[in-house]
Amino acid sequence: MDFSFTEEQTLLRNSVQKFIQGAYDFETRRKVSKSDAGWRKEVYGQIAEMGLLGVAMPEDFGGLGGSAVDAMIIAEEFGRGLVIEPWLNNAVIAAGFLKAAGSTAQKEELLPAIAAGETVFAFAYAEPQGRFNLADLTTTAKKSGDGYVLNGHKAVVLGAPFADKLIVTARTSGGQRDADGVTVFIVDKSAKGVSTRDYPTVDGNRASEVTLENVTVGADAVIGEVGGGLKTVELVTDQAIAALAAESTGAMKVLNDTTIEYAKTRKQFGTPIGKFQVLQHRMVDMFMNYEQSVSITYMVTLKLEEEEAERKKAASAAKVQIGKAGRFIGQSAVQIHGGMGMTDELNVGHYFKRLTMIDTLFGNVDHHLKRYATLG
Amino acid sequence: MDINFTPEDEAFRAEVRAFIEENQPQHLKGVRRGEYRNKEDFLVWHRILYKKGWLVPSWPAPYGTNWTPTQKYIWNEENARAETPAILPFGVSMVGPVIYTFGTQEQKDKYIPGILSGDVWWCQGYSEPGAGSDLASLKTTAVREGDYYIVNGQKTWTTLAQFADWIFCLVRTDKNAKAQEGISFLLIDMKTPGITVKPIITMDGGHEVNEVWFDNVKVPVENRIHEENKGWTCAKFLLSHERAGIAGVARSKRAISRLKDMLAMEVIDGEKLIDDADFERKIAELEIDLTALEFTELRTLASEQAGKGPGLESSILKIKGTEIQQRITELVMEGVGYYSLPYSDPLSHNEFAPGPAYAEGTTQNYANMRKTSIYGGSNEIQRNIIAKMVLGL
Repeated sequence: MDFSFTEEQTLLRNSVQKFIQGAYDFETRRKVSKSDAGWRKEVYGQIAEMGLLGVAMPEDFGGLGGSAVDAMIIAEEFGRGLVIEPWLNNAVIAAGFLKAAGSTAQKEELLPAIAAGETVFAFAYAEPQGRFNLADLTTTAKKSGDGYVLNGHKAVVLGAPFADKLIVTARTSGGQRDADGVTVFIVDKSAKGVSTRDYPTVDGNRASEVTLENVTVGADAVIGEVGGGLKTVELVTDQAIAALAAESTGAMKVLNDTTIEYAKTRKQFGTPIGKFQVLQHRMVDMFMNYEQSVSITYMVTLKLEEEEAERKKAASAAKVQIGKAGRFIGQSAVQIHGGMGMTDELNVGHYFKRLTMIDTLFGNVDHHLKRYATLG
Repeated sequence: MDINFTPEDEAFRAEVRAFIEENQPQHLKGVRRGEYRNKEDFLVWHRILYKKGWLVPSWPAPYGTNWTPTQKYIWNEENARAETPAILPFGVSMVGPVIYTFGTQEQKDKYIPGILSGDVWWCQGYSEPGAGSDLASLKTTAVREGDYYIVNGQKTWTTLAQFADWIFCLVRTDKNAKAQEGISFLLIDMKTPGITVKPIITMDGGHEVNEVWFDNVKVPVENRIHEENKGWTCAKFLLSHERAGIAGVARSKRAISRLKDMLAMEVIDGEKLIDDADFERKIAELEIDLTALEFTELRTLASEQAGKGPGLESSILKIKGTEIQQRITELVMEGVGYYSLPYSDPLSHNEFAPGPAYAEGTTQNYANMRKTSIYGGSNEIQRNIIAKMVLGL
């Protein structure tokens, strides 16, 4: 039993921390999120240069050959910095799909481009009627000649405004919610028939509604098995959940530290408010919620390689824990900061909003409680 | 014990309902206050009620109505049901009652007409950066010079000060007295030189609150309400006054019914979300909480009707009421799933809003409503009040 980090992992954490402190102070982040572009391409380039996009890729394809623990460390530090640039979409999700199911040609072409930050992906999976069910798809892909023709509407595609390629889930056969018949495609955002409408999200990020209208792709656009894509989608979203869990612990830690510091300095009735027992207990609960979230993040990270049922249970358990803890910590941090916690000026509200959003991504507490229970 | 309304009450309800149906501003039905487009949106219903004579049911003669507490309750319920705009409290529920209770005849003649007509917009100068829950530690000073006070300091969280013509302030007039004893209640014209209003943008992107700065602001002594250094009496009166409606029961009922309509439109695995077992349970819990609160409020009302006056249970109404309001916004946000993520700019409504109309701004509304357990005496302070004043701890 060993929960310690290797020397390399500590170095990795230190260098990510240094990067965040340099490029990602709160004021800069706020300005960037409100700018026209909404992100900084040059910062994304720096993330690539540091090797963080290729962290979990094999070295043969331009990656660092790192483990899920390395990804966890990066995600946690990015959570502390509220990083906007689409690391998760690329280092975890796009790379995850290619690693798990991509052909050699796809890996050779795309993994190095992702690692270098040259090709930017977004993941178009959600649909207006689908809620959190990854198989509930009305987007269709019909066989046409050697390739396919895609039609459908993908909802709230995070990071799509920054992307040049999309990973799209579509139905090649079966009924709307069947497990079989789901296929994963790579679609160029600039392809004929792809239209996007971009908008900001509450956490200072960007997303798009993506419409696919008779979009033609070749057979080589399919990642993995035709009709058998759901297993890969579930695997990759579980990996994304592990990274989100790590990200959320980073955000929780900032809120807890900030709140404790505030409670020590803010005086009312002649004493620091941190001396009031009712607030002390609330901060203790925040602390316990954080520690439990760190524990479950380690758990899910270490179980990503386990057999399917075990991995799914681990991911759902983690998503439930961080969803509940994120809400409690976010609400408590705002409450203890009083009016100041409500402002746009202070960082507290921004972490609150990010944690609120993380609960929705890839299924909220209710969804994953159900999924966990069904897995027996 | 009897929970039925009398035939007179029912007749009253019918009259009120008909009036509201005929007169309510349709373009504001169910619109959140953060989405109002101009100053007049806040005032249109106010002016209609003023004309009808129903603006201030709780005020004494010659201003108010002679409605019973039950009738006032029905009035609130019917307004919530029809989703009429909420009346701004600063004039009619706050400074107005202080003026008619503690003001001189000249002061009543000068200020009351503007409050009632809506021609004068008031804001509240209470909280300061260092004086939140501990309001009596406020530091804004008013130093007497001849017929004037010279006011210096800063107020904060001043709701809608950007529209205000006048501000009522608690200011320190005696630095040497005990905290509560050196405070006076001053009315200040916002056009007086030396006043600066700075917006505070909240995390939902809205501009509802402000900082108000006073730099050597000259205020005539005749603008003071009640005696010098007796301002705390006015403040306490104001806090205990007009607690009816603080629980927001009627508005929460309406919000839950909107939530259910919305859940009937959302789908989960091809079924209506409202039939989902998790949501059924959550809505049931919420409704039960609200029913208990409704009867707590009715008990308060009955005791008031029996002439006992509102008691300290108003703290229960504030705590439970705000918890329920917050819970509703949480469930709305959860209900719309991924479409809770888009940000809707409160200042430019014309931007592209993805997803169904009911999903717009749900997370921002959830974030905004976190304020309710902080303002008006935080819920921690309300619990302290119950512990001390009710339980004798």
